[in-house]
Order: sequence, then structure tokens, then C-alpha cells
Amino acid sequence: MSGRLTESIDFHGRALLLRAERQKVIASNIANADTPRYAARDFDFRAALAEATGYDPASRPAPAGGAAPAVRAAASASPGAGAAAPAGTVATTHAGHLGAAAGAATGARVDTTAMRYRVAEQPSLDANTVDLDRERANFADNALRYEAGLRFINGSVRTLLSAIRGE
Amino acid sequence: MSLMKVFNISGSAVSAQSQRLNVVASNLANAEAVAGPDGQSYKARQVVFQSTPAPDGSAGVRVSTIAEDAAPPKRVFEPGHPMADAQGYVTQSNVNVVEEMVNMISASRSYQNNVEVMNTARALLQKTLQMGQS
Repeated sequence: MSGRLTESIDFHGRALLLRAERQKVIASNIANADTPRYAARDFDFRAALAEATGYDPASRPAPAGGAAPAVRAAASASPGAGAAAPAGTVATTHAGHLGAAAGAATGARVDTTAMRYRVAEQPSLDANTVDLDRERANFADNALRYEAGLRFINGSVRTLLSAIRGE
Repeated sequence: MSLMKVFNISGSAVSAQSQRLNVVASNLANAEAVAGPDGQSYKARQVVFQSTPAPDGSAGVRVSTIAEDAAPPKRVFEPGHPMADAQGYVTQSNVNVVEEMVNMISASRSYQNNVEVMNTARALLQKTLQMGQS
């Protein structure tokens, strides 16, 4: 019982780290909204979560347990997966390219080679592909999901504590 | 912690945008300035933004250079002006006031956006600090 509960906390902890990582990437996009030739980036949250936790909601049936369905909904409803460029991962052909030096992904860190470029719906003259409205929506959405993850963890902790205290 | 880096990223953007606002203010202040005795009028300045990518996938922004506008100076016919030349023309700066106003609005909007990003990150970090306490 306790093992399963801490397992859920661990899962949400990793998801939280990934959410923070995505928040950082979206903040970079917003910061560079006026930079000429900047390409907006994002990563596929579902793939990153599956890589970090070994749990892919698309390929495996949900394991029994209270927290699992909510997790699956949070992971598969991520709009980042749909908004990211479908053109495959970015190839790094030079040592100075982004992600080339980052090495393999460890734990919940995002391998930056999995970073994708957004496709601009309305290209601008300075070749900047940041869509500020979309980035702000993504940012708000990601912040909300981060908070949801925090609540899941808090709920698990409370459940565990009340079981320990026997109240 | 990645959320801490949001402050660095948005902080760099806020600093770059405020520098842009500074340049706009300087351009607007000198919009009507006439050429001095050397015949050189004020040249409008524009900031050039450059992103500063880090290997972890984040990218801040900085002002790489402040470029001078190469547009020709304005020449206004004002024969009574003490700085008028033999034909009665006064050479003024090449600042385009409309462009500068647009620049100002864009800079202030971007500034606000980045401040909001920092506020959100701060709220999230605060809630993270209270994790497991409620």
C-alpha cells in the first residue's frame, strides 16, 4: 500500500520536473518574442514523460490504482503535443548546435535533441516564429497543470499521513 | 530547478526591453533636434536583439548592438531659423516619430508579458515550497 502511494508521488514528482522544464522553454519563447530569426521551440510532453517515467499512456493499459486515470488525462490532453512541429526531431550536425553537448537524458531532464521547432502560422518579416498569443496560452496551461501535479502530490501525502496517524 | 531559470530568462528579456524603451525615449527626445555647427544631425538608434541560447534548451535575450539609422536627415524649409543654410533649409534628425511610438508600445507590451511570466513562476515556486504542508 505504502509502496504504491510513494510510487504515485514519485511519478508526479517527475511530471512536475518536466512541467518546470517546459515552463522554462515557453518562457524562453516569450522572452525572444522580438528577436529577429528566433525559432520558437517546444517539446512533446507525452514523449518526454514516457521517457522519464517509463509509462506511456498510449501503448499500455492503465494500471489499477486511484491516481492513474487522472495522470493519463493530464498527459494525453497536453496541447504541446499537438502544437509542436510534426517534422521530426532536430538534427544536430555541429558541435555548437543546441542539444549536441547535452548528452543522454537522465531522470526527468529533457534531452534537448528532442526539442522541436514550432511551425509559424503567420510568418513575420524578421523570420521570428514566436506566436505570442499561443505561447501565453501554453504558459498559462502549463502553469495550471503544474499546480494540478502539486495537488496530486499534496493529496497523496495527506492520504498517507492520515493513514499513518489513524485518524 | 528549471523554474528558477525562468527568472534569468525573463529578467534578461525585461532588461533588453527596458533598454529598447530607453533608446526610444532618446530618439523621441531628439526628434526635432537640428544639426549643430558641424552639420551632423542626431541619428535615430535602434537596438538589435540577439538570443543567448544555453545548452539546456533555454534562451535568454540580450541587446547585441545599438545600430544607427542610415536614413537621410529631415530637411525643413525655415528661412528665419538661425541654423538655416543658404537655401533656407534646416537639417533635423532622421527620427521617424510614428515608428518610435510603435516601437514604444511593442516594448512596453513585451515588458509586461515577461513580468507576468515571472509572477507566474514566483507563484508556482511558492506553492512548490509549501508542498506536503497543507
